Amino acid sequence: MVTLNHYLFVSGLLFTLGLTGVMLRRSLIVIFMSLEMMLSAANLSLVAFSRFNLVNGLPNYNGQALVFFIITVAAAEVAVGLAIIVALFRARQTTSVDDITSMKY
Amino acid sequence: MDVLFYIFSAIMILFGLGVVVSRNPVTSALCLVVSFLGLAALFIQLDAFFIGIVQILVYAGAVMVLFLFIIMLLDLKSEEHQPMNYMAFAGGVILAVVFVVQLASVLSSFKAGELGFPLQQHELTLAENAEGLPEAAQERMAEEKLPDVHLVGRTIFTHFNFPLQVVAVLLLVSTIGVVILSKRKLT
Repeated sequence: MVTLNHYLFVSGLLFTLGLTGVMLRRSLIVIFMSLEMMLSAANLSLVAFSRFNLVNGLPNYNGQALVFFIITVAAAEVAVGLAIIVALFRARQTTSVDDITSMKY
Repeated sequence: MDVLFYIFSAIMILFGLGVVVSRNPVTSALCLVVSFLGLAALFIQLDAFFIGIVQILVYAGAVMVLFLFIIMLLDLKSEEHQPMNYMAFAGGVILAVVFVVQLASVLSSFKAGELGFPLQQHELTLAENAEGLPEAAQERMAEEKLPDVHLVGRTIFTHFNFPLQVVAVLLLVSTIGVVILSKRKLT
């Protein structure tokens, strides 16, 4: 039987993968993708809790509303972040975090 | 149904691993798309149909197209084999392992989560839940089906109406911000 703990463990694994990506990768774009993975992992545990905690026999929709807002904010964040990466690439011709070590040049 | 959970979580985790290990950013992006599809399938298994569809449309659709667009626009090459910083590598791996071990120990002592998911009862509490729902949704509830989109919509537009307006303003601000950031000359 699949229990709440199964979902929480899978969500934690996905979060750990995202964390590892942020720690190990050098390319800004891939780091950004890993951040998206961590956000989605949080969404998975929110939805699992919403299904687990029934209110009047229905899933707790407050949790799913929160997931909806997280997805919206993440989409806005991706747009702004990628615009910043493009601006950075124009200025430095690189997206490797090893080459971007100063705030202003 | 349990088999589906294992299949989709395996897809999600394996392709998530692909994002982290592949050296080509395009491969990473496409792996992330498949990983998000597996995640959407898990959402749908949890009866969150609306969130699952939104996950596919927004993440696997819009966001990942944006990522691929930027990767191609910047013409990023695969990372070359540069001398690896072994200290940083070991640090990242150790951090991940510690995190997983801690997660396993916390979950093994979390007894409440070892119960299965409770069954949904639509009909018993129909009168309390049906308030403010259109007739079509009430009929679906009477047939023991979940009118998920109606219920999420009711929650968002009643309990979370003000945050919804704030998020709309946030989207507008981020659109304007992206246009300003993309201008060639900042004066």
